[in-house]
Amino acid sequence: MSDELVINLAALVTLLVLMLYAIFGGADFGGGVWDFFAAGARKSQQRHAIAKAMGPVWEANHVWLIFVIVLLFTCFPKGYSALGIKLFVPFHLALVGIMLRGAAFVFRTYTRAAQVPAAANHIDTRWTAVFGAASVISPLLLGAAFGTVTSGDLRGDTIGTPTWLRPYAIACGLLALSTCAYLAAVFLCAETSGELRRDFRFRAILSGTTTAILAGAVLALAHREANWFFNRLLSAQSMPIVLTGIAFFIASAFAVFAGRYRFARWSAVGQIVLLLIGWGNAHRPYLVYPEFTLIEAAGSVQTIKFLLATLPLGAALIAPSLWFLFKVFKSGS
Amino acid sequence: MDTLTAARWQMAISLAFHMVFAAIGIGLPLLMVITERQFLRTGKPHYLELAKKWAKVTGLLFVIGAISGTALSFELGLLWPKYMDLTGTVVGHIFALEGYAFSIEAIFIGLYLYGWDRLSPRAHWLCGVVIAISGAVSGVMILGVNAWMQLPVGFTMDVAGNVLVTDPMAIFKRYAWFVMALHSTLSCYVAVGFAVAGIYALGWLRGKRDDYHRSAMRIAMAVGGVCAMLQPASGDLIAKFVYRTQPAKFAAMEGHFETQTYAPMHIGGIPDLENGRLKYAIKIPYMLGVLAAHDPSVRIVGLNDIPRQDWPNVTLTHISFQLMVALGIALMLLTLWFWLATWRRQSRAIESRWLLRCMVYASPLGFIALEAGWMVTEVGRQPWIINGIMRTKDAVTPVQSVGTVFIGFTLLYTILAAAVVYFLISLSRRERA
Repeated sequence: MSDELVINLAALVTLLVLMLYAIFGGADFGGGVWDFFAAGARKSQQRHAIAKAMGPVWEANHVWLIFVIVLLFTCFPKGYSALGIKLFVPFHLALVGIMLRGAAFVFRTYTRAAQVPAAANHIDTRWTAVFGAASVISPLLLGAAFGTVTSGDLRGDTIGTPTWLRPYAIACGLLALSTCAYLAAVFLCAETSGELRRDFRFRAILSGTTTAILAGAVLALAHREANWFFNRLLSAQSMPIVLTGIAFFIASAFAVFAGRYRFARWSAVGQIVLLLIGWGNAHRPYLVYPEFTLIEAAGSVQTIKFLLATLPLGAALIAPSLWFLFKVFKSGS
Repeated sequence: MDTLTAARWQMAISLAFHMVFAAIGIGLPLLMVITERQFLRTGKPHYLELAKKWAKVTGLLFVIGAISGTALSFELGLLWPKYMDLTGTVVGHIFALEGYAFSIEAIFIGLYLYGWDRLSPRAHWLCGVVIAISGAVSGVMILGVNAWMQLPVGFTMDVAGNVLVTDPMAIFKRYAWFVMALHSTLSCYVAVGFAVAGIYALGWLRGKRDDYHRSAMRIAMAVGGVCAMLQPASGDLIAKFVYRTQPAKFAAMEGHFETQTYAPMHIGGIPDLENGRLKYAIKIPYMLGVLAAHDPSVRIVGLNDIPRQDWPNVTLTHISFQLMVALGIALMLLTLWFWLATWRRQSRAIESRWLLRCMVYASPLGFIALEAGWMVTEVGRQPWIINGIMRTKDAVTPVQSVGTVFIGFTLLYTILAAAVVYFLISLSRRERA
């Protein structure tokens, strides 16, 4: 196997894990967003439905982030090192968000468990506020960091606004947030029933619309602030993938309208998968434009080969476990 | 505060914080599955109550360990980009192996905590076994990276800094990894065992003399005690490794300034760095060579023959080492006392109030010993971040705002620690599950 192939394979694996994080972690963040914006007559039922859906699986949802980081610093250490320096502030802020979010979720669960049954419907407002706020901030910052990487101006250290605070990066952050919210709302529709399901259906429509508008805004801003990426995204080899992704999005939106929630769930997942493939394809061969191509950012091919060789082992351990977890808690509920 | 100092402090606080929860994530599941097994075997309900209580504590503390661990995976790269560049290149895949184990632990924690009514008793217990195993494996893997930082093997580097990895498995073939992993894993069981035993000893002293408290103490003391007894042997193996590979660390641990053969071992004492000697220490003749190589006649290099720029913080390393050893011995004595008392009184209640009081006071000692041990390993390795290859000061980020981030994170860890203590107290006060 040539070195170039090994490195590209590592990039593909990183992209796949990023997809898993976007789907599982994204829906999890989105659950937090709807917890934060729980409103209306069934406010506390909404929160209970979210907590019930997240409880057993939320830890597992976030291990993918660790794998993304590990893959980056093992396979592309030079790129990771550069990102760590240039995105020092947004990464740290996102990290605070991720930490507070996990802590607030478990603290809230334990507060609730400590209460007498009669008061169990009452939800501790302090940890709810922290949990919700952190659920909003973390995907926003991770999305902005993502946007910064695609902007082609990672350096951005000249005086003025840092790249991650420019309109394009912020729009990317908002798009990430809105997509998480959409995913979660679609998933929750599939896991609830009755009036509660109507609540989440309304939220899916709301966040779906926002996602569509923000996607347009990101594209328009990319034209100005991330022109190289814009051109590549609309190139003949990326365009079809992106369009298919959009088709999946539209299909999931129609499925929500039509009340076919299982179909909506799968097409929303397909949307994430295809859009990330489209993104990765447009970004290739760069990891960080224009400083590092994948090959320039790569570390030792020996190490990468070893890591790739352990993947079947990891998958053989994790996939059945995860399947079992979801089977126990997500079927027939 | 300059960037290097701030980055080192932030790392020290993040690691010291994470270590407590990582140790609990390894140790407590073992107690939990032993207890649940006892329930399955005997059907006595107090074992089930105990397993459920410990499951709740594990659930809470595992999350704190997971988020502080996530923080560390970021911070290694954010604070020490050059370190992560080399470490990622050579041993990054070990973090992936750790990631597999950690994922399994996270998945089965979900199954265990929420699955009491959804799984058969046996399947539920097996989920607990998976947690206990994957937690330990995850720690053992991380120790692979730490052992590599002490003994960077498996690659070559030319003068221009180009790295060629020769063997990704190199560190796993070294004795260093095995002894460090052994010593560290045992220390987790010791820390958790004595902490738990002390808490239930307090309950007993306060009049809660029931099977629930007795079983808790016995299980915790069995695990903590056995491991405390094994610990000196594993420590001895590490000392021999340190003597061979890190002379400056070995000399600092012992407060050993003059190069000599038939060197004495020192107990206690305060290093006098200006005059290059150890003050107020008790000397045990010939013992240092025995510790270093089972041979009193070996020549042991003293700090005075090591360039000052290659010294770690001698005072801190020496005191941490002495503290760890002293606490280890104290816990062994306590174990003997407990076992003797239990054996003499057969199955009757532990009646010595003095023993119980000592157990209460010994409750935090395992954790203090664990932290002190890590101080020896990490502070003793300085000024190197990767021993002999990369100095800590050369690895730090060029970013200017580390001081602010350090203050923010210290505040965050303080809040988390306070909240955890609050929840643990409220869990212990609550009526038994």
